[in-house]
Amino acid sequence: MNDYKESKRLIPGFSLTLGITISMLSVIVIIPLLSIFRYALKIAPVDFLNIILQQNIRRAFWTSIVQSLIAAGINSLFGTIIAWVLVRYTFRFKRFFDCLIDIPLAMPTAVAGITLSKLYSDQGWLGRLLGAFGIHVPYTKAGLTIALIFVGIPFVVRVIQPVLQGLNSQYEEAAQLLGANKITVFRKIIFPEIRAAVFTGFSLAFARGLGEYGSVIYISGNSDKNGTKVISYVIMQKLNAGAIDYEGASAIALVLLVLSFFILLVTNLIQIRNNKRNY
Amino acid sequence: MKNIKRILECIFLTLIFVLSGCTYRNMNEELTIYNVSYDSTRELYEAYNTLFLSYYEEKTGQRLKVLQSHGGSGSQARSVIEGANADVVTLALAHDITLIEEAGLIDKGWYDELEGHSSPYTSTIVFVVHKNNPKQICDWDDLIANDIEIVTPDPKSSGGACWNFLAAWYYAQQLYNNQEQTEGFVRSLYKNVLVMDASARTAATTFVENGQGDVLIAWENDAIVVCEEYPDEYEIIIPSVSILAQPSVAAVDYNVKRNGTEQIANEYLKYLYSDEAQYLFAEYGFRPSSQKILNEYSDRFNQDMKLCTIDDFGGWEAVYQKFFKDGGIFDLIYNE
Repeated sequence: MNDYKESKRLIPGFSLTLGITISMLSVIVIIPLLSIFRYALKIAPVDFLNIILQQNIRRAFWTSIVQSLIAAGINSLFGTIIAWVLVRYTFRFKRFFDCLIDIPLAMPTAVAGITLSKLYSDQGWLGRLLGAFGIHVPYTKAGLTIALIFVGIPFVVRVIQPVLQGLNSQYEEAAQLLGANKITVFRKIIFPEIRAAVFTGFSLAFARGLGEYGSVIYISGNSDKNGTKVISYVIMQKLNAGAIDYEGASAIALVLLVLSFFILLVTNLIQIRNNKRNY
Repeated sequence: MKNIKRILECIFLTLIFVLSGCTYRNMNEELTIYNVSYDSTRELYEAYNTLFLSYYEEKTGQRLKVLQSHGGSGSQARSVIEGANADVVTLALAHDITLIEEAGLIDKGWYDELEGHSSPYTSTIVFVVHKNNPKQICDWDDLIANDIEIVTPDPKSSGGACWNFLAAWYYAQQLYNNQEQTEGFVRSLYKNVLVMDASARTAATTFVENGQGDVLIAWENDAIVVCEEYPDEYEIIIPSVSILAQPSVAAVDYNVKRNGTEQIANEYLKYLYSDEAQYLFAEYGFRPSSQKILNEYSDRFNQDMKLCTIDDFGGWEAVYQKFFKDGGIFDLIYNE
């Protein structure tokens, strides 16, 4: 303790910046999160279970989880390919494509939702094209998944890109010189290096999809019966119509929060394990 | 130790910095009143505010500013309960104002304070169909045919959508006069619902812009706007029976006392009943509460349809308990 106190820091401004950090985190993150706990834990455990085990709420949780998993899975596959192309090859308009990846992050999600639903609707040109093959996207689970893929893709690409950039291609060359075929090179050399990043991207996209609202509600149809009603929509319903049901909303919010914590925890554990292995 | 003290100091200073931003609004001295309203009245209140401001300036010589905010009626009510500094609320249904009353911000008795249960304008529920009515939809019973696809908002997400459900219910009740068959009728109607959007506005977008469905069950004022905008594509069908939708208005007593705007807010609401304002409502598709002016617009507002009111259902509290709370009749009908 004494040593700690005596030690002089080389960079000035430590107490000022740490003070600001703690205040900002409290006001923006910690206090709002604690207030969810405070609201939700006021409910008696039996009532809490009754709320979240209601059929429509269970179904909405299930929809959110399953569709986010599917979207995150698709994103992991295609995100890896996109990251690979953007890192490994040089081609015309590469910078332009690279910028496009960030659009889902920067674009208001409601704009994305309205654009997607219009594009895929029977009037939109993509919807008309698909309609000719009897494929109907808006107001179905497929529409919901497309919206989630849209919002999730940057997370995967942006996590994998730096790892691929840092990958030294001499190992691949060595492997090839030693006679490994392309699949083996990918399986044994490249994939082990990016595995943790792919998983992190997957989790981030999954976590994002779990709570997504704006982009989803316009295209999914929000039907309980068709399994296209997501859990964040149910929170909105609890707060916006009829009696304002803070209890129900915070009970659902708490479950979502715990799920998100859990996802982040698993992601971090995997990264820690991965870092240990590398050193 | 000194270090920790410095850190605490900095936390304190940052918090003061953040909080000082919160009091900024109170330093604004201009006379302003804030009207919190719902989705469909955006254009209406833009016009009304201009009308009211010139009236008020002429009368008192004082210049005012009116701010308006629009959104789902229920979420607007919640924003007022959570502290939005509304001087007046003009929402889609009395129930949402009752929620503000229950939070202690509006005095009891607002419902009978102004004429016609504090509804200066009303509307009703009608159908919008494609031009020349290709599916021959004339009344509620045509909606339960097998090949009809309906677009209507979700009463569980939007208070305004409860009117749609209640209108259908009332029709069936008049027809069968028994609960079981009424439920059956409304069940088959909601079975035909293709998309159930979060609000009346999004339902209209789904039907008009995205071309989903054969019929949109909509507020008359929204239907009039749609058909004026696309006269060659859509037309209005007036069902034989519907409900009198009564959007309600009230001053938020707690806020106006604090803001010193009590007199202006009351004036703002009272002027809604003036002839000038009533003509304006008619122009924007709402039924004026003045019978005289309503009659002048008889080609626009069909007065032969039979309209029930919320009182026929025993008021909003009873309606909410019976139909729309979790596990209520709506859930039973829709989720089966």
